[in-house]
Amino acid sequence: MLTLIKDTLTSQVVTLWRVFSHLWVKADTVEYPDVQPYMFPRWRGRIILSRDPDGEERCVACNLCAVACPVDCIALQKTEDEEGRWYPEFFRINFSRCIMCGFCEEACPTNAIQLTPDFEMAEYKRQDMVWEKEDLLIDGTGKYHDYNFYSVAGKKIAGKDKGEALNEAVPVNVRSLLP
Amino acid sequence: MTFEVGSGLSIGVILATVILIAAMLIWVERRLLSFWQERLGPNRVGPFGLLQVVADMIKIFTKEDWVPPFADKFSFVLAPAIIMTVILMSFSVVPFAPGVGVVDSNIGVLFVLAMASLGAYSVMLAGLSSDNKYALLGALRAAAQMISYEVFMGISILGVVALSGTFDLREIVLAQEENGWYVIPQFIGFVIFLIAGVAESHRLPFDIPEAEQEICAGYHTEYSGMKFGMFFVGEYLGLVLISSLITVLFFGGWLGPGFLPPIFWFALKSFMFIAFFILLRAAIPRPRYDQLMTYGWLFLLPVSLLNLLITGVIILSTS
Ligand code: SF4
Ligand code: SF4
Repeated sequence: MLTLIKDTLTSQVVTLWRVFSHLWVKADTVEYPDVQPYMFPRWRGRIILSRDPDGEERCVACNLCAVACPVDCIALQKTEDEEGRWYPEFFRINFSRCIMCGFCEEACPTNAIQLTPDFEMAEYKRQDMVWEKEDLLIDGTGKYHDYNFYSVAGKKIAGKDKGEALNEAVPVNVRSLLP
Repeated sequence: MTFEVGSGLSIGVILATVILIAAMLIWVERRLLSFWQERLGPNRVGPFGLLQVVADMIKIFTKEDWVPPFADKFSFVLAPAIIMTVILMSFSVVPFAPGVGVVDSNIGVLFVLAMASLGAYSVMLAGLSSDNKYALLGALRAAAQMISYEVFMGISILGVVALSGTFDLREIVLAQEENGWYVIPQFIGFVIFLIAGVAESHRLPFDIPEAEQEICAGYHTEYSGMKFGMFFVGEYLGLVLISSLITVLFFGGWLGPGFLPPIFWFALKSFMFIAFFILLRAAIPRPRYDQLMTYGWLFLLPVSLLNLLITGVIILSTS
């Protein structure tokens, strides 16, 4: 009984002292609006649509990101220009539903859609959280500087015929193999 | 009007100061807690966040003050007023400094104890009239806790009363001028009074009547707006009261080296205890309800009785 009381008392007093001694430990708080925290390059924040090194839109409107998105917050419509390149007629992300999971970036075959370290996206009106293609599209290449989908893809566009892409063999003429 | 014990001016000044300090404690507590938890706490509004209190006040005054339709209106409204009133009444017998106080009653100690007992009505009425099971549970716990801890609280002060031979708080301070602070002869009494004081003002770690993690907010679950604010400020008033009582009874009240005015010594000592209570909140986990009762009746009661007995024996054998 006496040892129990003694142990209880000492443990309480030690606890009090330990907590008190935190008074001269520097606070961990980052005073955010005054001090910007370091954001890691791979942070999953505001979504952008990037361009390829030639300055063309990377997105080919394949809809894979919209399918991968667990909250269905991406909407887009495919269209085609006269060169035969596919691009989205509109591309809309509803950021009030986006959970910044990054699945869209994983799914994208062209590295078009990318997440960035920016997280300051608060708005006063919910409607302002819906971003259109003009808001999403940036002028640079984002995280992948050299990648150009059409230069490696087999799709024929103006100025690049079948078989002219990088690492692509000339198509086999099956008829010429006839005896 | 002159500034003397019992004059209208001093009553007004004391009332305003006490309420102001209780309100400031909202900020003090949050700031101190965060320092002990390696955070910064509210530091945005005004210098060091001092105006946080103003912001909180504006918030609490403009909140919807909702009385649940199923509640018993009269006692629901009455309950928060009781706690504020009884605790403010208790301050009337506290001697802050020579010539500063509301009344020098020769039953000061008894008056404080009586008012503290009345405080139990506040939580009981709040819990009962809310017609909410969490509130009722909280009220049950509060009533049991306050009534049992009052017993040891009273007994623990009796040693001081026996030593000084008076119930008058001002006389008790004056007696300490001759005999030295009572914390030395009455150390056990002091510790018991401290523990009982925490339980009495249901501060953490003995905030069992309002334990958020168990029963929502206990007896004030249904309260909102200014009525909740009154419970809130009432709790801080209780904290200030207990701290100043400890100062008066055990630490010589306003006594101290003469280079500072007496009221300053009183404030300093009281603040030390307020900070200690906040440290308790930061450090000690809450016991279970039955542990609290067992601890009270099986440990504190015998110890406080023994303390009183030994004090009596010593007084008799030395006189
Ligand atoms: S980050 Fe996730 S939730 Fe947001 S758009 Fe991409 S897939 Fe959808
Ligand atoms: S962003 Fe990527 S995945 Fe989404 S439609 Fe465009 S190319 Fe496809």
